[in-house]
Amino acid sequence: MKTLLMVTMAGYPGTAWAMDFGVDATDYEGGAWSPYLVGAGIGVLSWLTFTLAGKVIGASSFYATVAGMIGRILARKHTESLAYYRENPPRADWGFVFVLATILGGFLSAWTGGEIRDEWLHPMWVDRFGDSLPLRGGIGFAGGVLMAFGARLADGCTSGHGISGTLQLNAGSWLTVICMFISGILTAMLLYTLP
Amino acid sequence: MIDPGKLVAETEAPPRGGVRGMAFVGAILFGAAFGFLLQKGGVGKYNVLIGQLLLQDFTVVKIILTAILVGMAGVFPLHYFAKCNLHLTPTRPAAQSIGGLLFGAGFALIAYCPGTGAAALGQGSWDVLFGIGGLIAGSYLYAEMSGWLNETVLKWGDKGKLLLSDFLPVPRWVFVSGFLLLLLFVLFLLDRFTDR
Repeated sequence: MKTLLMVTMAGYPGTAWAMDFGVDATDYEGGAWSPYLVGAGIGVLSWLTFTLAGKVIGASSFYATVAGMIGRILARKHTESLAYYRENPPRADWGFVFVLATILGGFLSAWTGGEIRDEWLHPMWVDRFGDSLPLRGGIGFAGGVLMAFGARLADGCTSGHGISGTLQLNAGSWLTVICMFISGILTAMLLYTLP
Repeated sequence: MIDPGKLVAETEAPPRGGVRGMAFVGAILFGAAFGFLLQKGGVGKYNVLIGQLLLQDFTVVKIILTAILVGMAGVFPLHYFAKCNLHLTPTRPAAQSIGGLLFGAGFALIAYCPGTGAAALGQGSWDVLFGIGGLIAGSYLYAEMSGWLNETVLKWGDKGKLLLSDFLPVPRWVFVSGFLLLLLFVLFLLDRFTDR
Protein backbone atom coordinates (compact mmCIF):
# COMPACT_ATOMS: atom_id res chain seq x y z
CA MET A 1 0.00 0.00 0.00
CA LYS A 2 2.90 2.30 0.74
CA THR A 3 4.15 1.93 -2.82
CA LEU A 4 0.69 2.67 -4.15
CA LEU A 5 0.48 5.77 -1.98
CA MET A 6 3.87 7.06 -3.05
CA VAL A 7 3.24 6.46 -6.73
CA THR A 8 -0.06 8.29 -6.44
CA MET A 9 1.59 11.06 -4.45
CA ALA A 10 4.32 11.54 -7.01
CA GLY A 11 1.67 12.24 -9.62
CA TYR A 12 -0.34 14.71 -7.56
CA PRO A 13 1.99 16.61 -5.25
CA GLY A 14 0.16 18.70 -2.66
CA THR A 15 -3.16 18.65 -4.47
CA ALA A 16 -6.39 16.74 -4.80
CA TRP A 17 -6.50 13.06 -5.63
CA ALA A 18 -7.10 11.42 -8.94
CA MET A 19 -10.33 9.52 -8.39
CA ASP A 20 -13.62 11.39 -8.44
CA PHE A 21 -16.40 9.88 -6.34
CA GLY A 22 -18.86 12.73 -6.78
CA VAL A 23 -18.44 13.68 -3.12
CA ASP A 24 -15.35 14.90 -1.27
CA ALA A 25 -14.95 13.83 2.36
CA THR A 26 -12.93 16.95 3.12
CA ASP A 27 -15.91 19.19 2.28
CA TYR A 28 -17.38 18.10 5.63
CA GLU A 29 -16.18 18.90 9.12
CA GLY A 30 -12.91 17.26 10.18
CA GLY A 31 -11.24 16.83 13.55
CA ALA A 32 -11.00 19.63 16.10
CA TRP A 33 -7.41 18.75 17.00
CA SER A 34 -4.35 17.96 14.87
CA PRO A 35 -4.14 14.23 14.01
CA TYR A 36 -0.52 14.24 15.22
CA LEU A 37 -1.53 15.58 18.64
CA VAL A 38 -4.32 12.99 18.91
CA GLY A 39 -2.04 10.17 17.71
CA ALA A 40 0.69 11.16 20.18
CA GLY A 41 -1.94 11.28 22.95
CA ILE A 42 -3.06 7.73 22.10
CA GLY A 43 0.58 6.63 22.04
CA VAL A 44 1.17 8.04 25.53
CA LEU A 45 -2.11 6.46 26.66
CA SER A 46 -0.74 3.11 25.52
CA TRP A 47 2.32 3.59 27.77
CA LEU A 48 -0.05 4.12 30.69
CA THR A 49 -2.27 1.12 29.97
CA PHE A 50 0.80 -1.10 29.46
CA THR A 51 2.52 -0.04 32.68
CA LEU A 52 -0.25 0.92 35.11
CA ALA A 53 -3.00 -1.46 34.06
CA GLY A 54 -1.05 -4.25 32.37
CA LYS A 55 -3.55 -4.04 29.52
CA VAL A 56 -3.63 -2.96 25.89
CA ILE A 57 -6.09 -0.63 24.19
CA GLY A 58 -8.71 -2.69 22.37
CA ALA A 59 -12.38 -2.43 21.56
CA SER A 60 -13.83 -5.31 19.55
CA SER A 61 -14.07 -7.88 22.37
CA PHE A 62 -16.58 -5.54 24.07
CA TYR A 63 -19.18 -6.40 21.45
CA ALA A 64 -18.51 -10.13 21.83
CA THR A 65 -18.97 -9.75 25.59
CA VAL A 66 -22.28 -7.92 25.08
CA ALA A 67 -23.39 -10.63 22.61
CA GLY A 68 -22.48 -13.29 25.17
CA MET A 69 -24.38 -11.50 27.93
CA ILE A 70 -27.48 -11.29 25.73
CA GLY A 71 -26.97 -14.91 24.68
CA ARG A 72 -26.82 -16.02 28.29
CA ILE A 73 -30.17 -14.36 28.97
CA LEU A 74 -31.87 -15.86 25.89
CA ALA A 75 -30.18 -19.27 25.69
CA ARG A 76 -27.89 -19.81 28.65
CA LYS A 77 -26.88 -23.44 28.11
CA HIS A 78 -26.27 -23.04 24.41
CA THR A 79 -24.21 -19.85 24.83
CA GLU A 80 -22.06 -21.37 27.56
CA SER A 81 -21.43 -24.43 25.38
CA LEU A 82 -19.85 -22.39 22.56
CA ALA A 83 -16.05 -22.65 22.29
CA TYR A 84 -15.51 -18.88 22.16
CA TYR A 85 -17.51 -18.25 25.34
CA ARG A 86 -15.87 -21.16 27.14
CA GLU A 87 -12.50 -19.48 26.44
CA ASN A 88 -13.82 -15.94 27.01
CA PRO A 89 -16.70 -15.99 29.48
CA PRO A 90 -18.81 -12.86 28.97
CA ARG A 91 -18.07 -10.72 32.02
CA ALA A 92 -17.95 -7.02 32.76
CA ASP A 93 -14.14 -7.11 32.66
CA TRP A 94 -11.50 -4.39 32.18
CA GLY A 95 -11.98 -4.17 28.41
CA PHE A 96 -15.76 -3.97 28.83
CA VAL A 97 -15.53 -1.02 31.24
CA PHE A 98 -12.87 0.58 29.00
CA VAL A 99 -15.20 0.69 25.97
CA LEU A 100 -18.16 1.95 28.01
CA ALA A 101 -15.86 4.75 29.16
CA THR A 102 -14.85 5.38 25.53
CA ILE A 103 -18.50 6.23 24.80
CA LEU A 104 -18.45 8.61 27.77
CA GLY A 105 -15.17 10.17 26.59
CA GLY A 106 -16.62 10.70 23.12
CA PHE A 107 -19.59 12.44 24.69
CA LEU A 108 -17.44 14.66 26.95
CA SER A 109 -15.26 15.68 24.01
CA ALA A 110 -18.20 16.47 21.72
CA TRP A 111 -20.10 18.25 24.49
CA THR A 112 -17.21 20.47 25.61
CA GLY A 113 -16.27 21.16 21.98
CA GLY A 114 -19.81 21.99 20.85
CA GLU A 115 -19.80 19.02 18.46
CA ILE A 116 -22.81 16.99 19.64
CA ARG A 117 -24.31 15.77 16.37
CA ASP A 118 -27.64 14.21 17.40
CA GLU A 119 -28.27 12.98 13.84
CA TRP A 120 -29.36 9.71 12.26
CA LEU A 121 -27.72 10.28 8.87
CA HIS A 122 -24.45 12.04 8.14
CA PRO A 123 -24.70 14.72 5.40
CA MET A 124 -22.05 12.96 3.29
CA TRP A 125 -24.09 9.75 3.36
CA VAL A 126 -27.22 11.71 2.39
CA ASP A 127 -25.39 13.44 -0.48
CA ARG A 128 -24.30 10.07 -1.86
CA PHE A 129 -27.11 7.65 -0.96
CA GLY A 130 -30.14 9.80 -0.12
CA ASP A 131 -32.06 10.08 3.12
CA SER A 132 -33.44 6.54 3.46
CA LEU A 133 -32.85 5.40 7.04
CA PRO A 134 -33.59 1.70 6.27
CA LEU A 135 -30.88 1.75 3.58
CA ARG A 136 -28.33 3.16 6.03
CA GLY A 137 -29.55 0.75 8.70
CA GLY A 138 -29.30 -2.30 6.46
CA ILE A 139 -25.86 -1.46 5.15
CA GLY A 140 -24.63 -0.47 8.62
CA PHE A 141 -25.92 -3.69 10.19
CA ALA A 142 -24.41 -5.87 7.44
CA GLY A 143 -21.13 -4.00 7.85
CA GLY A 144 -21.19 -4.61 11.59
CA VAL A 145 -21.72 -8.35 11.12
CA LEU A 146 -18.80 -8.65 8.68
CA MET A 147 -16.60 -6.45 10.85
CA ALA A 148 -17.22 -8.36 14.09
CA PHE A 149 -16.77 -11.75 12.43
CA GLY A 150 -13.52 -10.55 10.88
CA ALA A 151 -12.30 -9.02 14.13
CA ARG A 152 -12.90 -12.25 16.06
CA LEU A 153 -11.28 -14.37 13.35
CA ALA A 154 -8.24 -12.07 13.30
CA ASP A 155 -8.42 -11.66 17.11
CA GLY A 156 -8.51 -7.86 17.08
CA CYS A 157 -9.69 -4.69 15.41
CA THR A 158 -8.30 -1.32 14.36
CA SER A 159 -7.51 -0.67 18.05
CA GLY A 160 -6.25 -4.04 19.29
CA HIS A 161 -4.27 -4.84 16.15
CA GLY A 162 -4.12 -1.43 14.46
CA ILE A 163 -2.56 0.39 17.40
CA SER A 164 -1.67 -1.98 20.26
CA GLY A 165 -0.39 -4.90 18.18
CA THR A 166 1.42 -2.88 15.54
CA LEU A 167 3.26 -0.75 18.09
CA GLN A 168 4.70 -3.98 19.53
CA LEU A 169 5.79 -5.03 16.03
CA ASN A 170 3.44 -8.02 16.29
CA ALA A 171 3.69 -9.64 12.84
CA GLY A 172 0.06 -10.83 12.76
CA SER A 173 -1.17 -7.36 13.65
CA TRP A 174 0.60 -5.78 10.67
CA LEU A 175 -0.78 -8.49 8.39
CA THR A 176 -4.30 -7.97 9.74
CA VAL A 177 -4.21 -4.17 9.42
CA ILE A 178 -2.84 -4.25 5.88
CA CYS A 179 -5.63 -6.67 4.88
CA MET A 180 -8.21 -4.45 6.62
CA PHE A 181 -7.17 -1.39 4.64
CA ILE A 182 -6.81 -3.15 1.28
CA SER A 183 -10.31 -4.57 1.54
CA GLY A 184 -11.71 -1.38 3.11
CA ILE A 185 -10.34 0.82 0.33
CA LEU A 186 -11.57 -1.48 -2.44
CA THR A 187 -15.05 -1.86 -0.91
CA ALA A 188 -15.44 1.87 -0.20
CA MET A 189 -14.34 2.81 -3.71
CA LEU A 190 -16.78 0.27 -5.14
CA LEU A 191 -19.57 1.62 -2.92
CA TYR A 192 -18.89 5.19 -4.06
CA THR A 193 -18.55 4.42 -7.78
CA LEU A 194 -21.52 2.08 -8.24
CA PRO A 195 -24.49 3.89 -9.82
CA MET B 1 19.36 -0.11 24.79
CA ILE B 2 16.90 -2.87 23.99
CA ASP B 3 18.51 -6.24 24.40
CA PRO B 4 16.30 -9.27 23.76
CA GLY B 5 18.40 -11.15 26.31
CA LYS B 6 17.27 -8.84 29.09
CA LEU B 7 13.56 -8.85 28.39
CA VAL B 8 11.18 -9.35 31.24
CA ALA B 9 9.15 -12.50 31.04
CA GLU B 10 6.50 -12.19 28.35
CA THR B 11 3.54 -13.36 30.31
CA GLU B 12 0.19 -14.38 29.00
CA ALA B 13 -2.57 -11.85 29.44
CA PRO B 14 -4.18 -12.45 32.83
CA PRO B 15 -7.48 -14.33 32.66
CA ARG B 16 -10.53 -12.18 32.11
CA GLY B 17 -12.26 -11.50 35.35
CA GLY B 18 -14.32 -8.91 37.14
CA VAL B 19 -12.76 -5.50 37.50
CA ARG B 20 -12.60 -3.78 40.90
CA GLY B 21 -10.85 -1.00 42.77
CA MET B 22 -7.99 0.78 41.02
CA ALA B 23 -8.35 -1.42 37.93
CA PHE B 24 -11.90 -0.15 37.56
CA VAL B 25 -10.81 3.48 37.99
CA GLY B 26 -8.04 2.91 35.43
CA ALA B 27 -10.44 1.37 32.91
CA ILE B 28 -12.77 4.38 33.28
CA LEU B 29 -10.02 7.01 33.03
CA PHE B 30 -8.10 5.38 30.18
CA GLY B 31 -11.26 4.51 28.25
CA ALA B 32 -12.62 8.04 28.63
CA ALA B 33 -9.28 9.50 27.51
CA PHE B 34 -9.33 7.21 24.46
CA GLY B 35 -12.86 8.26 23.49
CA PHE B 36 -12.03 11.92 24.12
CA LEU B 37 -8.98 11.75 21.85
CA LEU B 38 -10.83 9.84 19.12
CA GLN B 39 -13.63 12.41 19.05
CA LYS B 40 -11.21 15.36 19.10
CA GLY B 41 -9.33 13.74 16.21
CA GLY B 42 -12.53 13.65 14.17
CA VAL B 43 -12.47 9.87 13.75
CA GLY B 44 -15.98 9.54 15.17
CA LYS B 45 -17.20 11.27 12.02
CA TYR B 46 -18.52 9.32 9.05
CA ASN B 47 -16.83 11.52 6.43
CA VAL B 48 -13.39 11.34 8.08
CA LEU B 49 -13.49 7.53 8.27
CA ILE B 50 -14.95 6.87 4.83
CA GLY B 51 -12.73 9.66 3.45
CA GLN B 52 -9.70 7.64 4.53
CA LEU B 53 -10.90 4.58 2.62
CA LEU B 54 -11.59 6.77 -0.45
CA LEU B 55 -8.05 8.20 -0.02
CA GLN B 56 -9.48 11.72 0.25
CA ASP B 57 -8.81 12.38 3.94
CA PHE B 58 -5.70 10.97 5.65
CA THR B 59 -6.64 11.81 9.24
CA VAL B 60 -7.07 8.15 10.24
CA VAL B 61 -3.69 7.00 8.94
CA LYS B 62 -1.95 10.03 10.46
CA ILE B 63 -3.47 9.29 13.87
CA ILE B 64 -2.70 5.57 13.70
CA LEU B 65 0.90 6.00 12.53
CA THR B 66 1.62 8.71 15.12
CA ALA B 67 0.11 6.52 17.86
CA ILE B 68 2.29 3.60 16.71
CA LEU B 69 5.39 5.84 16.56
CA VAL B 70 4.92 7.33 20.04
CA GLY B 71 3.62 4.09 21.54
CA MET B 72 6.54 2.05 20.17
CA ALA B 73 9.10 4.64 21.28
CA GLY B 74 7.81 4.26 24.84
CA VAL B 75 6.72 0.66 25.19
CA PHE B 76 9.96 -1.01 24.04
CA PRO B 77 12.18 0.98 26.47
CA LEU B 78 9.61 0.46 29.25
CA HIS B 79 9.70 -3.24 28.50
CA TYR B 80 13.49 -3.26 28.50
CA PHE B 81 13.58 -1.61 31.92
CA ALA B 82 11.04 -4.16 33.15
CA LYS B 83 8.26 -1.62 33.64
CA CYS B 84 5.73 -3.53 31.56
CA ASN B 85 5.09 -6.77 29.73
CA LEU B 86 4.54 -7.12 26.03
CA HIS B 87 1.10 -8.43 25.11
CA LEU B 88 1.72 -10.40 21.96
CA THR B 89 -0.95 -12.43 20.23
CA PRO B 90 -0.32 -15.37 17.88
CA THR B 91 0.36 -14.75 14.21
CA ARG B 92 -2.10 -16.84 12.20
CA PRO B 93 -1.71 -15.94 8.51
CA ALA B 94 -4.90 -17.61 7.24
CA ALA B 95 -7.25 -16.42 9.98
CA GLN B 96 -5.78 -12.94 10.04
CA SER B 97 -5.77 -12.31 6.32
CA ILE B 98 -9.35 -13.62 5.93
CA GLY B 99 -10.42 -11.83 9.11
CA GLY B 100 -8.74 -8.60 8.03
CA LEU B 101 -10.38 -8.71 4.58
CA LEU B 102 -13.85 -9.34 6.07
CA PHE B 103 -13.27 -6.59 8.61
CA GLY B 104 -12.25 -4.12 5.91
CA ALA B 105 -15.36 -4.81 3.82
CA GLY B 106 -17.50 -4.25 6.91
CA PHE B 107 -15.50 -1.12 7.74
CA ALA B 108 -16.38 0.41 4.36
CA LEU B 109 -20.09 -0.35 4.87
CA ILE B 110 -20.52 0.99 8.41
CA ALA B 111 -17.55 3.45 8.33
CA TYR B 112 -17.15 3.27 12.11
CA CYS B 113 -14.87 0.68 13.64
CA PRO B 114 -15.34 -0.86 17.09
CA GLY B 115 -13.40 1.88 18.94
CA THR B 116 -14.37 4.91 16.86
CA GLY B 117 -17.96 3.63 16.86
CA ALA B 118 -18.03 4.01 20.65
CA ALA B 119 -16.82 7.62 20.29
CA ALA B 120 -19.39 8.19 17.52
CA LEU B 121 -22.16 6.98 19.81
CA GLY B 122 -20.95 9.40 22.49
CA GLN B 123 -21.14 12.35 20.09
CA GLY B 124 -24.68 11.44 19.02
CA SER B 125 -24.10 9.92 15.57
CA TRP B 126 -27.05 7.57 15.94
CA ASP B 127 -26.47 5.69 12.66
CA VAL B 128 -23.69 3.85 14.49
CA LEU B 129 -26.42 1.99 16.44
CA PHE B 130 -27.17 -0.14 13.35
CA GLY B 131 -23.49 -1.00 13.14
CA ILE B 132 -23.35 -1.82 16.86
CA GLY B 133 -26.33 -4.16 16.38
CA GLY B 134 -24.39 -5.82 13.57
CA LEU B 135 -21.22 -6.04 15.67
CA ILE B 136 -23.13 -7.84 18.44
CA ALA B 137 -24.84 -10.21 15.97
CA GLY B 138 -21.59 -10.87 14.10
CA SER B 139 -19.76 -11.63 17.34
CA TYR B 140 -22.39 -14.22 18.28
CA LEU B 141 -22.27 -15.70 14.79
CA TYR B 142 -18.51 -16.12 15.23
CA ALA B 143 -19.03 -17.74 18.62
CA GLU B 144 -21.50 -20.17 17.01
CA MET B 145 -18.80 -21.22 14.55
CA SER B 146 -15.84 -20.93 16.92
CA GLY B 147 -15.59 -24.65 17.69
CA TRP B 148 -15.14 -25.47 14.02
CA LEU B 149 -12.95 -22.43 13.27
CA ASN B 150 -10.61 -23.30 16.16
CA GLU B 151 -9.94 -26.67 14.56
CA THR B 152 -9.52 -25.39 11.00
CA VAL B 153 -8.79 -21.81 9.88
CA LEU B 154 -7.14 -20.75 13.15
CA LYS B 155 -4.70 -23.65 12.91
CA TRP B 156 -3.70 -23.03 9.30
CA GLY B 157 -0.11 -21.79 9.25
CA ASP B 158 -0.16 -20.81 12.95
CA LYS B 159 3.22 -19.21 13.68
CA GLY B 160 2.69 -18.54 17.38
CA LYS B 161 4.22 -15.36 18.75
CA LEU B 162 6.16 -13.58 16.05
CA LEU B 163 7.62 -10.08 15.88
CA LEU B 164 8.53 -8.28 12.65
CA SER B 165 12.02 -7.91 14.12
CA ASP B 166 12.33 -11.73 14.08
CA PHE B 167 12.60 -11.58 10.29
CA LEU B 168 15.92 -9.70 10.36
CA PRO B 169 19.10 -10.88 12.09
CA VAL B 170 19.70 -7.61 13.94
CA PRO B 171 19.29 -6.72 17.63
CA ARG B 172 15.77 -5.68 18.46
CA TRP B 173 16.76 -2.10 19.41
CA VAL B 174 18.31 -1.63 15.95
CA PHE B 175 15.13 -2.84 14.29
CA VAL B 176 12.92 -0.68 16.50
CA SER B 177 15.07 2.41 15.86
CA GLY B 178 15.02 1.85 12.10
CA PHE B 179 11.28 1.26 12.18
CA LEU B 180 10.69 4.50 14.10
CA LEU B 181 12.67 6.41 11.47
CA LEU B 182 10.63 4.75 8.71
CA LEU B 183 7.37 5.74 10.43
CA LEU B 184 8.63 9.30 10.80
CA PHE B 185 9.51 9.41 7.11
CA VAL B 186 6.08 8.08 6.03
CA LEU B 187 4.38 10.65 8.29
CA PHE B 188 6.52 13.39 6.77
CA LEU B 189 5.47 12.31 3.27
CA LEU B 190 1.80 12.16 4.29
CA ASP B 191 2.00 15.62 5.81
CA ARG B 192 3.75 17.01 2.78
CA PHE B 193 1.51 15.48 0.11
CA THR B 194 -1.98 15.43 1.61
CA ASP B 195 -4.29 18.31 2.43
CA ARG B 196 -6.07 16.59 5.30
